[in-house]
Amino acid sequence: MTDATAPAPPARALSLARIEGALPWIALGLVGLLLPLLDDSYIGVIAQRAYIYWILSAGLNLVVGYAGQIAIGWVSMLTLGAYTTAALTAGTATPAWHPYLALVAGGAVGALAGVVVGLPALRLRTFYFAMTTLGFATIVTQVALAWKDVTGGGVGTPGPVFPWPFDPGWGFYYFCFILAALATWMTANLAASRFGRALVAIRDAEVAAEASGVAKPRLLIAVFLFAGALGGVAGGLFASLQSYITPDAFTFEMSVLFFIAILIGGRGSILGPALGTIVLTVLPEFAAPLVQWSTFLYAALLLLIVLIIPGGIADLLDYKNRRPLERHREIVPQPELLARVLDRRTGGEVLSLSDVELSFGGVRAIAGLDLEIRPGEVHGLIGPNGSGKTTTLNVISGYYAPEAGQVRLGDAVLPPRAPHLRADYRIARTFQTPRLIGGASVLDNVMIGGTIDGEGSFAESLLTLPRHRRDEKRLREAAMLALAVVGLDQLAAVRADRLQHSELRFMEIARALMLRPACLMLDEPAAGLSADEIRRLGALIVAISREGTAVLLVEHHADLIFDICDRVTVLNLGKVLAAGTPAEIRSHREVVSAYLGA
Amino acid sequence: MFASIVSYGLAVGAVYALIGITYNVMFSASRVFSFTAGMLGMLGGVLGALFIGKLGLPAIVGLVLVLACGAVLGLVTELVTVRPVLKSIEQHLYVLSTLAFALMVQQFVAVEWGTEAQPFPRLIAIGPGWLDQQFWLPMLACAVTIVGLELLYRKTLIGRAFLAIAEDSYAARALGLPETQLRMASFALAGVIGTLAGFTGAEMLLAFFGNQSILNFYGFVPVALGGMGSNRGAVVGGLALGLFQQAANFLVGGIFAAVAVFAVFIIVLLLRPEGLAGGSAARRV
Repeated sequence: MTDATAPAPPARALSLARIEGALPWIALGLVGLLLPLLDDSYIGVIAQRAYIYWILSAGLNLVVGYAGQIAIGWVSMLTLGAYTTAALTAGTATPAWHPYLALVAGGAVGALAGVVVGLPALRLRTFYFAMTTLGFATIVTQVALAWKDVTGGGVGTPGPVFPWPFDPGWGFYYFCFILAALATWMTANLAASRFGRALVAIRDAEVAAEASGVAKPRLLIAVFLFAGALGGVAGGLFASLQSYITPDAFTFEMSVLFFIAILIGGRGSILGPALGTIVLTVLPEFAAPLVQWSTFLYAALLLLIVLIIPGGIADLLDYKNRRPLERHREIVPQPELLARVLDRRTGGEVLSLSDVELSFGGVRAIAGLDLEIRPGEVHGLIGPNGSGKTTTLNVISGYYAPEAGQVRLGDAVLPPRAPHLRADYRIARTFQTPRLIGGASVLDNVMIGGTIDGEGSFAESLLTLPRHRRDEKRLREAAMLALAVVGLDQLAAVRADRLQHSELRFMEIARALMLRPACLMLDEPAAGLSADEIRRLGALIVAISREGTAVLLVEHHADLIFDICDRVTVLNLGKVLAAGTPAEIRSHREVVSAYLGA
Repeated sequence: MFASIVSYGLAVGAVYALIGITYNVMFSASRVFSFTAGMLGMLGGVLGALFIGKLGLPAIVGLVLVLACGAVLGLVTELVTVRPVLKSIEQHLYVLSTLAFALMVQQFVAVEWGTEAQPFPRLIAIGPGWLDQQFWLPMLACAVTIVGLELLYRKTLIGRAFLAIAEDSYAARALGLPETQLRMASFALAGVIGTLAGFTGAEMLLAFFGNQSILNFYGFVPVALGGMGSNRGAVVGGLALGLFQQAANFLVGGIFAAVAVFAVFIIVLLLRPEGLAGGSAARRV
């Protein structure tokens, strides 16, 4: 394929990378499978403990490593799962259950608790969520101590014994092994799906995620359900492994161990945290004299990691992203490919604001604004600082609710205060300061833009069912095409935080194009660009509008505005000072004196 | 029974309120919620029992030493766990760094002091009932702290500087206020308040390393109820929490009390994320 038509990822390189990525897993799997050959039950117990911890950590990794939610008390899921499974099997609260059924119930209780604990994370600051998980862990232990009839209180209760085929000994070993492998497989699938990318987007650039239509609450609830269920199942297995459980077995310090394993491993990695879990489980066995200091050492380790390598081991090992990039890179957009990215059918509707008013405290940021942005046109919005340009954009994108007036696309009134619903209307935007998902590749950053076009569900992604695979293929192709359009296809695999500022601006446009926008809003896209780049940007913007997209351009570069806009509106103090063609505006007396200068 | 619910509830509530104020004092100066609040409370009890009970120092000397240790730990917290991660506060690394530090101290106590709860010496031999030190001492400490803080914030120049930093640290720096020194002073002050809470509440809660996570959580609930940074909110919230918890304990048992407190906490957070007393959200885009 030649460059002009070419944007598909080099297939061979991808599959090679996949094999390279799978090698450590294959090695780990072989070791796990063959370990019983040693016939050493001491090693067996340690390995089982590592599997069980990993089953919990695999789910927690999605919460902590991917979504960036600081769940410090996730040990409570282990406690709940353990007591549920043990109590149901023993029949202290109900007629006795079959152990396998009780394990499933343990998972279900864990899932439910995951959501309850996670609720504050849906809309609150990080610290609150950390505190809720801590509080929940404290309370679960208190309840386990107090509810003597069911949990045996401080004395404890026997754990479940699983019957054939997974009876104690190597049968149970393989049970843990299989479940750990399953947990790994499912979390890896999810991490590589649009849901996994959306989680990282929530972590690094929540605003951009919202603008791409990521519904944070729904996604997080699904993740908390899944992570809670894994924690509950791990708890049931743990109870069986311990054979007798007391509240003392579930210390808060254990939570720290899970947490550190993930942080050592690195955020946004699965192999790293898995290795971290194994190391932290095995390590105390070699350091018996230090055993009473183990939590102290874990805590010290945590402090060191946070202060010295917040990126974890995965960051240190990420050698690919330390290779120097080419110094003098040029962004060469290929607008001629636009027709393949944009879908003319979705355009054709007018975005209009009528009589919009909004004030902050005593300041009237927008005072009765009418605006009409037509498909196929570039509409410039200019004005001095504080005239209400960005505020207007934020009203359209749903961050602010107007106090009066309406925003409409065609005949539909856009719901106020619902930024994550704008993507459904095919309204895309870029930001004054680029909102990048720093830890993800440029390709992933762009694929986020197509989130709402995925058809597969969360569960389908967990199991890589065909619909999920079709989604991925389509999104990847579309994203490569969008990158080719803006001229960044060569950088698709690079971590986004390594790009130059101007490249980030073009990357944001590629992300916005993934929506096949009916309306595209650009917030100062030329800021920080060189003269050459501004010229190319201008041509790209015009080409996008000619495909039938309504473009709203907020900009300070007067030259760019007058070169490419079909219509210009000048704001001053939240009101329209003048509106018309560029020629009319250029000769408008008040505009010249208020803004452009003589 | 009623009298014991009220006296015990108010006393525990006063300790929670003081821990809440500890959170607030650190938060106002740095926008950081620090897990060291519960640690300070735990240490107040353990160090008090060590100095007065084990080493046999006079009570007043013991108290001064405990508070001095608190101040030093506050400074260490600021230096080691807060200042290095303040630059990237949006990553919330402070949650982890303060937690790690608090855990290190807790584990040190667990190893060196022991994991069993130990009694705290009786300082003033009057009682029983209402006059018992374990009931009025925390309340007295709470009252002294809140009055002292009000006087500090309203009447002194340095107190106003604290307020300026809390309101808008950027503008305060532009005015030439020494933000770093004020932040250090705040953390030292928080150290004093936190250990005072633990010291005065220790006869009730005992000198026990496990008090750390309990105080961390139950001390944060009043902050969530009363609104971040509001000391009066923390006092009202703390006393209400203490009374509620004790009443539930006596009337329906401990399981329900723990679950009910947690449920109220979550519900308030979800319905009034800014606390029951006001606050506002910042611009995001």
